Amino acid sequence: MKQAETVLEARNLSMHFGGVRAVDGVDFTLSENELRCLIGPNGAGKSTFFKCLTGQLRPTAGEVLIRDVNVTGREPHEIGALGVGIKTQVPNVFEGLTTEENIWISARRWHRPARARTLTAETVERLRLGDVRSDPVGQLAHGQRQWVELGMVVAAEPWLVLLDEPAAGMTHEETVRTAELIQEINSTATLIVVEHDMQFIRMISRKVTLFHEGGILMEDTMEAISADARARQIYLGHRA
Amino acid sequence: MRLPRDLRGTLVIAALGSGFMLVAPEVLAFFTIITLSQVIGLAILALSLALVWGFGGILCFGQTAFFGLGAYAYAVAATNIGGSTGAIPIAILVAAAFAAVLGYFIFYGRVSDVYLAIITLTVALILYSLTRRTSGPEYKIGNALLGGFNGTTAPPLNIPGDPQAVLFPEHTFYVAMIALIAAYVFCSWLVRTHFGRVCIAIRENETRAELLAYDIRLYKLGIFMIGAALAGLGGVFFSVGVSRVTPDVFSLSQAAVAIIWVIVGGRGTLIGPVLATFALHYLTASLGTQSILNTNLVLGIVLIIFVLLVPKGVVPTLADLVELRRQRRIARLRERWLRARRPHTGR
Repeated sequence: MKQAETVLEARNLSMHFGGVRAVDGVDFTLSENELRCLIGPNGAGKSTFFKCLTGQLRPTAGEVLIRDVNVTGREPHEIGALGVGIKTQVPNVFEGLTTEENIWISARRWHRPARARTLTAETVERLRLGDVRSDPVGQLAHGQRQWVELGMVVAAEPWLVLLDEPAAGMTHEETVRTAELIQEINSTATLIVVEHDMQFIRMISRKVTLFHEGGILMEDTMEAISADARARQIYLGHRA
Repeated sequence: MRLPRDLRGTLVIAALGSGFMLVAPEVLAFFTIITLSQVIGLAILALSLALVWGFGGILCFGQTAFFGLGAYAYAVAATNIGGSTGAIPIAILVAAAFAAVLGYFIFYGRVSDVYLAIITLTVALILYSLTRRTSGPEYKIGNALLGGFNGTTAPPLNIPGDPQAVLFPEHTFYVAMIALIAAYVFCSWLVRTHFGRVCIAIRENETRAELLAYDIRLYKLGIFMIGAALAGLGGVFFSVGVSRVTPDVFSLSQAAVAIIWVIVGGRGTLIGPVLATFALHYLTASLGTQSILNTNLVLGIVLIIFVLLVPKGVVPTLADLVELRRQRRIARLRERWLRARRPHTGR
C-alpha cells in the first residue's frame, strides 16, 4: 500500500465549554486525496471538531496542522487563504446578493477579473444554477442555497474541502446530485464531510470516522462500522 | 480593476446635479445659496454614512465625530496656514487618521454591531464635551483659538495657491456642489469595485466572507476610513458655509439627524440619503419660521413614520414600485401576445 502524504492532522485536540468536553483529546490524520466522512450521534463533537479545524473555534488544547503548518487558533480567513474551502452547517450565503454575485465573490478572491467571470459562469453551470443565476439567494429554496454555498467553495478551487452537513434538508434527488458533486470535487481535492444522513454517506464514503462523546470511537469503512456491535449500539441502534 | 458597467444611473444623477449647480444661483436668492453650501456639507456627511452603513453594514452612530473633526481641522489649519489650499487635505487626513486608530481597535477587537454604534456615538459626545471646554486663551492651536462653545472661525475658501483670492459665496457653492457630485460618483464607483463588493458581501454575511479567505477586519477598516474621509470633507464645506465651527457638530442631535437622513433616504442607496438631507433641511428650515410646531417633534414624527411605514426608505421603495409596474407590464404584454397567438396555433 502506498504511503499518501498527510495533509491535515489534529493532535490531542480538545474543546471544552465550561465543564462540557465537546471534543476531548482527539488525534486525527487525513491523507491526500482522501474522502473522509465524520459521523456520530448528536452531541458527539463532530461539528465542534469541524469548527476547530476551520478556525471558527479556538481549541482549548492541542493543535491543528494543515500541510505541516500549525494553524491552531488562526483566523478563518487565514485558513481559507491556505486554499481550504469550507461549508458550514448552517448555510452561510450572501442573502441579498444574486447567485452569480455570491460565486463571483469567491472566484474573484483568487483570480483576475476576466478569469473570475468565466469561472463564475462555469461554476453556475456545474451546479445547475443557471435558472436562478440572477435571483437573490435569500429567495432560493433550501437545497439551492446549499448548492450556492457549495458553488462558492468550488469556485475558489480549493485543494482541501471541509463540508459540514452538505446534504442537510435536501430532497432525495438533490442529495444524489450532491453526492455526485462531492465525488467530482474529490477528483481534484481532499475532503472531509460531516454528515448525519446514512444513505448519503453510503453513496460517497470510503473511510468513515465515528465520533462518540467527544472522541473518536473507530475509523473504518461504512460496512465495518455498520457491522460493529458498539457502533450499532451508540449510533445505528437509534435507527432500529 | 474592472470598469463597472452599470454606472449609467450614476452619470444621469451626476448630470442632474450639475444642472442644478448651474441653474441654482440664477433662480435662488443669494442667502439661500449661502445656506445651500452648508447643506451640501451635511449631504456629504449623509453620503458617507450611506456608504459606511448602507453598503458596509457598519452602523456608525457617531459619523459626526469625523465630520466635526474635519470641520475643526480645516478651521485650525486654514487659520494657521492662512488659506484653504492645504487645509482641505489636512481636514480629510485628520478625519481618516482618527478613523484608522478608532477603527483598528473596533474591528481588530471584533466589537459587535451594537457596541460599535454606542462606541462611535460616545466618541462623538466626548469630542462634544471636550470642545465645549476649550474656552479661554490657553486653548489654542497655533494661531487658532478653539473658543469653547462659541467655536472657532472657519476661513473662507480661496483659489488654490492664492490665499488673497477668496471665493464669493456662489463660487463656494459651485465648489461644494462639485465636491458632492464627485464624492457621489466616487462612492457609486467604489461599491461596484471588487473592494466594494466584498464590503457588501461582509454586510450580508461576515462568516461566509471570512471563510472565503477575506480578512473582514481589513475591509471594514478600509470602508470605515473612506467614510470618515468623506465625512471630514463634508465638515469642511459645512464650516465654510457657516463661517464657524462650534461643538454642536459633535452633538447628539447632529449624530441623530445623520441617521435619520439615511433611514428616510434609504439604506443601500447613495442618492437617497443625499436627497433626504436636502428635503429634511428644507423642512426644518420652513418649520423654523413658525412657532406652532416644535421642529424636533416633527423630525421625530417623520422618523417614526418612516420606520413604521417606509422602513426601506424613499428611494428603495420607489425603485420597488417602478420594478413592480415594469413586471406587471411585461406580464400583461406576454398575456396579450399569447392570446393573439392562440387562434394560429390552434388551426
